Amino acid sequence: MAVTSADIGAELAAARPPLGKAAIALIRQQPLGAVSGLLVIVMILMALFAPEIAPYDPVKNFYQYMQMAPSSQFWLGTDQFGRDILSRIIWGARTALFIGFSCAFIGSFVGLILGVTSAYFGGWFDLLFQRVMDVFLAFPLIIMALAVVAIFGTGVQNVIIAITIPLIPRCARVVRSSALAIREIPYVDAARALGFGHMRIILRHMAPNCMAPFLIMLTTFLGQAILLEASLSYLGLGVQEPTPAWGLMLQGGAEEYAESAPWIAIFPGLAITLAVFAFNLFGDSLRDTLDPKLRSR
Amino acid sequence: MYRYIIKRLLLVIPTLFGAAVLVFTLLRLIPGDICELRLAGSGGYFDESALTICRHNLGIDQPMIVQFGHFLWGLLHFDFGTSMWTGQPIVSEMVNRFQLSMEIAILATIVAVLVAVPLGTISAVKQNTWIDYVVRAVSIAGIAMPSFWLGILIILGLLIGTQHFLGTPWMPPITYTPIWVDPLQNLALVIWPAIATGYRYSAVATRMTRSALLEVLREDYVRTARAKGLFEKLIIRRHALKNAMLPVITVIGIEFAFLIGGLVVTEQVFNLNGLGKLFVESVTNNDYTMTQALVMLVVMIFLMVNLLVDVLYAWLDPRIRYR
Amino acid sequence: MKANRVKALFAVVAGVAVGIGATGPAAAETPKHGGILKYVVPAEPPSFDGHKETTFALIHPVRPFYSVLIKVNPENPSSTTDFVCDVCVGKVPEPTDGGKTYTFKIRDDVYFHSGEKLTAQDVLATYKKIIYPPAGVPSARKAFFVMVDSVTAPDSHTVMFKLKYPSGAFIPALAVPFNWIYQKAKLDKDMHWYETHIDGSGAFIFDKREAGAYISGKRDPRYYLKGKPYLDGFKAIFAKKQALRVQAIRGDRAAIEFRGFPPKARDDLVRALGNKITVEESDWNCVLITTVNHKHKPFDDVRVRRALTLAVDRWGGSKYLSKIAIVKTVGGIAFPGSPLAATKAELEQLAGYWPDLQKSRAEARRLLKEAGVDLSKTYYFNNRAVDQPYKIVGTWLIDQWKQVGLKFEQHVFPTGPFYAMLRKKKDYDVSLDFNCQSVVNPLVDVSKFLSDDKSGNNYGNYQDRQIDAIFDKMNRTADKSEQRKYMRQMEKLALDTHANAFITLWWYRIIPHRSYVKGWKVSPSHYLNQALDNVWLDQ
Repeated sequence: MAVTSADIGAELAAARPPLGKAAIALIRQQPLGAVSGLLVIVMILMALFAPEIAPYDPVKNFYQYMQMAPSSQFWLGTDQFGRDILSRIIWGARTALFIGFSCAFIGSFVGLILGVTSAYFGGWFDLLFQRVMDVFLAFPLIIMALAVVAIFGTGVQNVIIAITIPLIPRCARVVRSSALAIREIPYVDAARALGFGHMRIILRHMAPNCMAPFLIMLTTFLGQAILLEASLSYLGLGVQEPTPAWGLMLQGGAEEYAESAPWIAIFPGLAITLAVFAFNLFGDSLRDTLDPKLRSR
Repeated sequence: MYRYIIKRLLLVIPTLFGAAVLVFTLLRLIPGDICELRLAGSGGYFDESALTICRHNLGIDQPMIVQFGHFLWGLLHFDFGTSMWTGQPIVSEMVNRFQLSMEIAILATIVAVLVAVPLGTISAVKQNTWIDYVVRAVSIAGIAMPSFWLGILIILGLLIGTQHFLGTPWMPPITYTPIWVDPLQNLALVIWPAIATGYRYSAVATRMTRSALLEVLREDYVRTARAKGLFEKLIIRRHALKNAMLPVITVIGIEFAFLIGGLVVTEQVFNLNGLGKLFVESVTNNDYTMTQALVMLVVMIFLMVNLLVDVLYAWLDPRIRYR
Repeated sequence: MKANRVKALFAVVAGVAVGIGATGPAAAETPKHGGILKYVVPAEPPSFDGHKETTFALIHPVRPFYSVLIKVNPENPSSTTDFVCDVCVGKVPEPTDGGKTYTFKIRDDVYFHSGEKLTAQDVLATYKKIIYPPAGVPSARKAFFVMVDSVTAPDSHTVMFKLKYPSGAFIPALAVPFNWIYQKAKLDKDMHWYETHIDGSGAFIFDKREAGAYISGKRDPRYYLKGKPYLDGFKAIFAKKQALRVQAIRGDRAAIEFRGFPPKARDDLVRALGNKITVEESDWNCVLITTVNHKHKPFDDVRVRRALTLAVDRWGGSKYLSKIAIVKTVGGIAFPGSPLAATKAELEQLAGYWPDLQKSRAEARRLLKEAGVDLSKTYYFNNRAVDQPYKIVGTWLIDQWKQVGLKFEQHVFPTGPFYAMLRKKKDYDVSLDFNCQSVVNPLVDVSKFLSDDKSGNNYGNYQDRQIDAIFDKMNRTADKSEQRKYMRQMEKLALDTHANAFITLWWYRIIPHRSYVKGWKVSPSHYLNQALDNVWLDQ
């Protein structure tokens, strides 16, 4: 019997768990995951509708209201330049999610392709590729980011590059190990026997089957990217003023005014913690759901 | 086994070489140089000829390939040379800082293990109960909190707390005293960063303990043990925990390797004179020799710990066979 | 809330008053001997060689080990003209030979810490290294001594400087706090020895350096000023984070920081510790300059550059920015504390200093429109990755320019790449730049505004021969009122008519320290008065 590519496609579709079912399973089995999912959605809404929600312009300086404590006028107080902290946190969600999603998507997607490619070809290519990944993995992450920012400067794009580069090998390594197993599955051989090109097999047949590690890495990266951006900001090299960004809000002002105006330090810190918390928890639950071995008894 | 170790050791060489190339290139790509920085950086007038002489004396006016050759040659001799910033030998610049970073890494590991193993076990055994949820939430919060933020809160808490209760503000010492000189002074400094990093670290380890244990609890031999009617506690202690420890050791090992030289941000918050602070300072000072030496040191430690963990893995778990 | 703020304000006012009150009678008190002074230093110094380096991070921990030929009077450090002898005898000599020869008699009782006696030969070798460094030996401030024809030591007690022409800039150059006296024998053996070693003849003997952590010194019992130093020793602790340095003083891990804190830190310390803190304040001979890239469109147009300065609310900024940054004083190109500085009335004539802000901004908008500037574009603002005061002033400027419709994006670099951008790449529209000198000498300090081929540290990509000519005239007259007249002309051209580059706000030095530190006096520069021989602890 001739195996057509359509057959293989159908088989692949069957192998993937349907999305809706997975979501219901998630809520039922993972109440923590559901809570975190809700948090993520709130954050996304906040980012999308920032101009409508935020009470003030996030870059408007009220010099007559510098370092005001939370009040009915400024719910979360104002910072050292007299800017409304609540508005900056709402707009900051936009920056955080933009950086988080960009880094996570690019990082894990490039990692996915590289990891699968490496596993698919195997042999010398794989060995060499693994050494390159080793170098990046062993290289201190924040130092690499620091160097990249020092080279290109501190725009949002450059910060994204700086954070993404060290993320790629982390994903590639994880994906590669599951891709190695997939390579042994007969349908890859079948696809090869049908004379499909390497690119097609890698992208259409192997990559979709590495979705579980890919998704887990993606959600982990979301949190990590936000934290890394905050760390870079703390070292003075993240996103720059007057862009509203959580990490930036914690830098300089937060420490200097921690005592007399603690709201400057506390609220952005809470925002970061909550966001990363939500993404990590979400990723955790996703892992439990996607990985059948860990499924509850 | 020996062949495996030797093979792994040989694979370290290309990685080290790659790291050397990477750090060398990255540093040279950063615009500006150490001479311009130290002469122009203070905003005062300076003589242009001093700039040329400084560059010549440090050898940064030589062709790249010559500089790289010097660097590699030094590496082969385990001779890191002198710091471009202070002019002092790199090894003597590093000794004290290494000691401090090492101590905090060890302390943080102790904190982490003490917290992670019991919490992770409870969480796994009581999976999907409120205990599990609380443990998971607490441990994920540890990963989610920016470490410098936690550090700021700790210092602030100490200052305000002591002023409130003791009348005078107290803060941790700002210089390092070795533990054998004055253990109390020493602990007064290192315990706070150890807690701040230990929390994050324990969070990672708790999660790993939990998921590893969950996996093991579903293995056949645990089911068999259960079927034999053994007590649950005994099963966990005798059978499951022992086997679940493998991935936990891995995580602890890798985190430990990361902590040496990875405490970049925490060391800034507490003004700890460790490798992480030195790292940031030498990168921002364009101190090529020092940054190169630091990167090679940290990469080496990372690779060695990884190797050690893998060997331990192979040795502890008879199911794993390496070709 | 409001009551709290008022209370806090009173505490601050009281604290400052206490501070000023305490420094007055301090001179009358009898100094006590003993104790170790601990202070925090924001950065670790590079090499130990003062002739080679330019950073205050070397002055604070290492200056106390050395003596110099002459120095700023430690009892009157705020004066810009009061110099006294250190290892020379008597007063700073008046020139002979029509202002061209200076003869210094060297003290007979000065010893290096290694034991040898300091002679005129050592002073000679030191200044030869600074003025005529041999090949391969860097000397950062060689050009300060262009007027020097020769330096000789006729005998072991005499050093003689012969000048090519009489110059008022010579004595301030001699008093630069980096001109430490080295030993001839050591220099003869190795010109680079002092880069990694310390052997001075100052009040303190080098004790210990722990890489990255601290440098400590102990009292030199053979110090030539009898009875001094009062301290048994000192410990200079390196702490990069400003918040931590403030906390260190609060938690009494250190008694003082000699660079300067922002007002908020002062208020917090005073509020928490009351009269245990003494505050000293001074105008500061440092300023951030807005450098405009004359080669980048549309900033090649003088109207656009004038609009940039007209948009800035300096008088208002002086009030509110001084609450969060170490800047305060509104001034022109000359240091506001000097007699050469513009008065308020004179300043108000200049673009960007007009008392009517609305009018000023309206004019800025008009000029931008007239010049046809594309207001939808975002321009490149280059800044240095330092909080105080770079990023704060930068953020403020961006907001000021937004008020007239100009959008800037702030790009921040660490020091190395920041200066590479200013000096080599020059690919910015507007940048912050820094002018900060040790000895206050406005005649020379304004050289930042000369043509870029003449100044060496003007990074604005422009030549202005008119200004060069005025500068030369100003430096060739000894007449104070003439100097002042030329300074006004230069100021008007640089800041207003040609609008080449702009002064933001002058820095303001605030030193809140533990009240038990006595005998130290604030000066207009964090480089000056750091010998520590007259500092004592009241404990």
